[in-house]
Amino acid sequence: MTPLQVATMLPEAMHLQARGLGRRFESRVALGERIAAWFGAPLDRRAVQAVDGVNLELRRGEVLGLVGESGCGKSTLGRMLAGILPPSAGQVLLGGRAVMQSEGRHRKTTSKVQMVFQDPFASLDPRMRIGDTLAEGPLAHGLVSRADAPGYIAQWLEKVGLPADASRRYPHQFSGGQRQRIAIARALAMQPDTLICDEPVASLDVSIQAQILNLFLQLRQELGLTMVFISHHLGVVRHVCDRVAVMYLGRIVEIAPAEQLYARPRHPYTRALLDSVPRLQLDAEGLLADLHPIQGELPSPLAPPAGCHFHQRCPLAADGCRQQAPCLLALDDSRSVACHRSDIT
Amino acid sequence: MSPTVSSVDPSGLGRPAVLSVRDLRTHFETRQATLKAVDGVSFDLYPGEILGLVGESGSGKSVTGYSLLGLVDPPGRIVSGSVQLEGQELVGLSPARLRRLRGRRLAMVFQDPMATLNPLLTIGAQMALALRAHGAVSDEAARARSLEVLHQVGIPDPVNRLSAWPHQFSGGMRQRVAIAIALLHRPAVIVADEPTTALDVSIQAQILTEIRGLVAQSGTALVWISHDLATVSAIARRVMVMYAGRLVEEGPTAQVLRQPRHPYTRGLLGSLPQFSAPGRLLAQIPGAPPPLDSLPPGCAFAPRCARGTPQCTQTSPQRTVDPVTLARAWRCHHPLDEEVSA
Repeated sequence: MTPLQVATMLPEAMHLQARGLGRRFESRVALGERIAAWFGAPLDRRAVQAVDGVNLELRRGEVLGLVGESGCGKSTLGRMLAGILPPSAGQVLLGGRAVMQSEGRHRKTTSKVQMVFQDPFASLDPRMRIGDTLAEGPLAHGLVSRADAPGYIAQWLEKVGLPADASRRYPHQFSGGQRQRIAIARALAMQPDTLICDEPVASLDVSIQAQILNLFLQLRQELGLTMVFISHHLGVVRHVCDRVAVMYLGRIVEIAPAEQLYARPRHPYTRALLDSVPRLQLDAEGLLADLHPIQGELPSPLAPPAGCHFHQRCPLAADGCRQQAPCLLALDDSRSVACHRSDIT
Repeated sequence: MSPTVSSVDPSGLGRPAVLSVRDLRTHFETRQATLKAVDGVSFDLYPGEILGLVGESGSGKSVTGYSLLGLVDPPGRIVSGSVQLEGQELVGLSPARLRRLRGRRLAMVFQDPMATLNPLLTIGAQMALALRAHGAVSDEAARARSLEVLHQVGIPDPVNRLSAWPHQFSGGMRQRVAIAIALLHRPAVIVADEPTTALDVSIQAQILTEIRGLVAQSGTALVWISHDLATVSAIARRVMVMYAGRLVEEGPTAQVLRQPRHPYTRGLLGSLPQFSAPGRLLAQIPGAPPPLDSLPPGCAFAPRCARGTPQCTQTSPQRTVDPVTLARAWRCHHPLDEEVSA
């Protein structure tokens, strides 16, 4: 392979990268506490390590699912990938360039990555017409002239399955599913190559959810989008994603091609999560089939357990698990798991 | 009046129904329009049974639940029909007499436990209040009963938790407390409205498993309202599917899911990712549910239905009871007749 070929392949091969990405949230110290600290009182600075040392690589056009329970840090990770939340450690690269400038003011450096949020009732300005909401970004970034904006917006509305006259209406005139289409159109109007979707179908009814999932599948094919699809719904993730990363208390514990992950989970937490999902029971005996809930609850992220964060709930935990946190290690060329006991899982 | 499906105890013990609902209609009358949120719902519930009520937002499933307890606020009201609890008619009962039944014979668990629990009272205090709402109870007796139900719903260390405040509990634990409060008086019927929707899957699995055990143990009957077919199929032997205020299909859960007769039920199943190969388009239902103030004259599902005919848009289908099993019923002019393959 010539050096030229390598050079052109590199950005292709790794389109979106997270390197040692971490985010810590610290509680604000109140004035009273600060004064008390002057007089020697211990200062109780409580911090949450929401995301801890995450490394991720996405090929161009790949769809990665990010699953985990509430509080595992999946949304925080998504916001850093989208360049709207500055990381406290590491960085995010899109096509080899940082998505956020790290010095001085934190500013997003690219419009090529856009985000779709969970709640289409909160993510649209209720006092702006849909057309104005959609045109705001493209106008600010000079993607379209003011004269061409109406036609440009109509084209994106049509692409997500809405009538062109929707641009004259207000958000309250649309149902939840239609609003989510609008939110998707707003992201697409910025002509991104990468979309971060944070629970985009979680607030929708089953029949509407299917329509929006189909829309994502169509858009992906048509526009060749790279996507990170954040969801707590394991069935939905399996359907739309090529690879799936499982998060637990800020760390990625397993990452694998969707098919393999669901067929043979290698991390005990992934297995427990899959066992917790109620399956549609199609025979009367199925009702008696037991769910296998994980014992206990997610530990407080303010005081995560030492070693492997999952050891207190893990049926395979050994002494080593209580002391040392396992690294995410490759099992083969497509899947990695962070588990000391991966030899027996 | 047409008999409901399953007018016999499914457990085979021949017990009378603990709750009988006949032709229940709850409408919301505003100046502009009348919203028929519940429009002719009938069913029987037997002791120890878990009955699933499935539908999408706006289908009327929650209003049905509220109507059973007489909790519908104006402009909504029960315009006709009957709800009989252990033989006693609840529709038209005075608020005071209803209050004497609610919490004692008939309890409800809501989706959001933070909205149910009083943030300013310890768990023990609220449980004692709930117990004393229906008669004098000594401190020791209240404490003993509270500990008993907290233990039943799987709260670790209940002795210490009695003096804790709701904010000190996680979402899953709060919902367990709400369920414990519903169990305090050993009610005949509990109506649970999306009780696990706000919870993570691992916690949901724990609660589903516990509820199944509790119902089997106590003989309390449960109406489980949910939008999630999979959850309902894991807990309820019998299911009713609701669309635009009506029960469009009902029967034993496994049969209904394996061989749905109503195209809407079939459409809901097709919308689930597990029925399509990964990456393939899902068999979606086109359109959205109709607004309740302008329901079409015929079948409310006709505008979204692939099997719709002029008959469907003109006349509303009557409930058809499966002549063979007598255990299933549907409201459709052109019922389906094929098995679903997963």
